Amino acid sequence: MVHSQGMFGYRRENGRVGVRNHVIILPVDDIANAAAEGVSRLINGTLALPHAYGRLQYGEDLDLHFRTMVGTGANPNVAAVVVICIEPKWAKRVADGIAATGKPVEFFAIEGNGDLETIRRAAWKAREFAQWASELQREEVSLNELTISIKCGESDTTTGLGSCPTVSYAVDRIVEAGGTVFFGETSELTGGEQLIAQRMATPELRQKFMAFYDDYIREIKAQGVDLLGSQPTEGNIAGGLTTIEEKALGNIQKTGSKPVIGVLKPAEAPANGPGTYFMDTSSAAAECVTLMAAAGAVVHFFPTGQGNVIGNPIEPVIKVSANPHTVRTMSEHIDLDVSGLLARTMNLQQAGENLMECLRRTVNGRLTAAELLGHREFVMTKLYRSA
Amino acid sequence: MHKFLVHNHGDHVGVATSDIAAGERVVGIFMDDDSTIELLSNHAVPLGHKIAVSSVAAGGDVLKYNVKIGVTPSGFAVGDYVHIHNLKTARW
Repeated sequence: MVHSQGMFGYRRENGRVGVRNHVIILPVDDIANAAAEGVSRLINGTLALPHAYGRLQYGEDLDLHFRTMVGTGANPNVAAVVVICIEPKWAKRVADGIAATGKPVEFFAIEGNGDLETIRRAAWKAREFAQWASELQREEVSLNELTISIKCGESDTTTGLGSCPTVSYAVDRIVEAGGTVFFGETSELTGGEQLIAQRMATPELRQKFMAFYDDYIREIKAQGVDLLGSQPTEGNIAGGLTTIEEKALGNIQKTGSKPVIGVLKPAEAPANGPGTYFMDTSSAAAECVTLMAAAGAVVHFFPTGQGNVIGNPIEPVIKVSANPHTVRTMSEHIDLDVSGLLARTMNLQQAGENLMECLRRTVNGRLTAAELLGHREFVMTKLYRSA
Repeated sequence: MHKFLVHNHGDHVGVATSDIAAGERVVGIFMDDDSTIELLSNHAVPLGHKIAVSSVAAGGDVLKYNVKIGVTPSGFAVGDYVHIHNLKTARW
């Protein structure tokens, strides 16, 4: 098919390919949000990423915080970054991590300057970066240069029948072409975890995957609760899904058929070359997509049944639905209607090729439903409470 | 025109692709080989919800995608509506 040809993206300093050209104002901690948003209000073409965390975190949780901050700035959809933090040391740590990609980055500390002076200085730099980025040109790119993330939400039985198999078709096409795909949602594999374990390319990866899975289940049990009432959700049950096993098996329908060549920590960038990777993530949509974007994903495929409205500030989120009610009642949120798979007026190859065409257009700059509606959910994952 | 789809032969349940009325004679399609099945529905089954294509005895495993999706404490008959009232997770 010719659909995957004719894609134009931004090739960054380190050779990685992005499909958007953001200049972001990145607060390292919650109390830097006001200054970051102050800068983005002054300078057109910049985007602040306010979030709730970054103070008094420690250990693995702090590592994840830094990995998410640096990874978000390093994402190829980002042209340049202004980092703002209360303290200079952590600001520099994040800025240095991002600068390893070769892209322009500058950091500012609020302590000793105050918000207003910080905003003044940071806005001058943001002005410079935004104007520079505005002259960057797209060039022809190919599928093997793309990293795609996948995660579904507000699932129902139509997800397993239609939208997830459609994504699966595209995932196989992308991986066959030499591209990279992330999937995750550790708790939502329950009931199908052995099917994923069997797809691991090596016994070591299988062990690593099962260790992540068992840890998650242990963590839930340690709370003295189970997930009855949370997994499946009220929306899932309204959509006809009855048990976590049924939900997981539908979820897995989107992961393609290729071996899994890597098992990643949350927000960890892949290191085993192109292919399919599992990432240990929450199944909460915004948390999961934020972690995958921080690991370098540039476009997200999001199958939905009942109609999840999530977006992400860094990577465009393409929504695919096979539910004939949802594509009608929530049409402004849906990028690709594959409800014909249920009516059998469309086959899986047609649906999958339509998604590949939607990917091509999205790569080339066509705005997704979530982008048009201003969905920019940037949600950091926190592993435990701060000190 | 079919009103439900079944993922695989051997599955105990199919998924309604249109609302099904109680007492309605409905046709389903097995997605693995496009063969059809016809049955009489015992209950109303809304779009997206499950209808039994084979009976399962009380306490039996329930299969969809040819994989166990839970157990049925009460059991169910062909044409029954299958959801949280007669299908429970085996995991938590």
